[in-house]
Amino acid sequence: MRKESSYWVAIVHRLSGIALAIYLPVHFWALSRALEGEAALESFLAWTDDALVKAGEWGIVIALAAHLAGGLRVLALEFLPWTGWQKTLAAGAAALTVAVGLAFALAL
Amino acid sequence: MKVAVWKGAAQGSFQEFDVPRQPSQTVLDVVTYIQRRLDSSLAYRYACRVGMCGSCAMTVNGVPRWTCRTHVDKVLHNEALRIEPLKNLPIIRDLVTDMSAFFDKWARAKGQFAGSRTKRDAFAPIASSSPERADIDAGIECIGCAVCYSACDVVAWNPDYLGPAALNRAWTLVKDTRDQRTVERLRAVAGDAGVHSCHTHMSCTERCPKRISPTAGIAGLKRAILKSALKGEL
Repeated sequence: MRKESSYWVAIVHRLSGIALAIYLPVHFWALSRALEGEAALESFLAWTDDALVKAGEWGIVIALAAHLAGGLRVLALEFLPWTGWQKTLAAGAAALTVAVGLAFALAL
Repeated sequence: MKVAVWKGAAQGSFQEFDVPRQPSQTVLDVVTYIQRRLDSSLAYRYACRVGMCGSCAMTVNGVPRWTCRTHVDKVLHNEALRIEPLKNLPIIRDLVTDMSAFFDKWARAKGQFAGSRTKRDAFAPIASSSPERADIDAGIECIGCAVCYSACDVVAWNPDYLGPAALNRAWTLVKDTRDQRTVERLRAVAGDAGVHSCHTHMSCTERCPKRISPTAGIAGLKRAILKSALKGEL
């Protein structure tokens, strides 16, 4: 069956949420390396210079932007007066995600 | 044009028919032509033919539609039509679905009006300019065709989900200042099978032939539930 733009925004929202949920414990584990001394943290940080890890980091930032934009869309749908601009919201969510992704790619 | 029509119940197959094109032909005209000229055993449902009764909805080329108001010109794909019964409802035969579950959910969502006045009381004055009346106007023209219910992904994933039409009905009653069962109704639509399961895919809003937005009603119900819960009513 043909799907609407809102369907794809909702799917991206869900998948990016799952990606972030998987990423966060790893992120905190990485930060905890600092507790074991400078050398432990440094050796980990050296690994993050790898191009593949950088690409993964970019993916995580995209997921974060997508999840934020998707969440703002849901909040707008549920709490703002209804005026039938949901497709604009979906486009706005996509635009914000792309903008953050590009900005972060430039900053890498 | 080539028209593939579902024949059978849950088990069945598509049967192909050749149907002549006519100007201003609707999908319901096509189905009626097949039933009258080509296959008298074809089961389908319709009544008013003018978009009032909500009985002729079917899945046309993968999209749920009211067939009496859907012109063939708008939906024909590669000179072909594929006509199936509505999704998310059990098939009785061919294009006819059993809509009991759909309407039972209206009852589960407390879709009946419950006022307090008797016929001896005066009319309740409700200004047509009031915001509540405007919200009701936006949702009240539902014809119960189940197009939204058929388009809803959440119903497909959770057969217990009340669905867009029943929730839209509950919303119009929550906004009705004469109604006395608001808290009971909010409780009925707040569960796991209620508004909080909506994923805002908005297929209902996109597909509703009456241009109603059940998603707006569902969002309104969520706000009403939140307010009611904060007051300790739920």
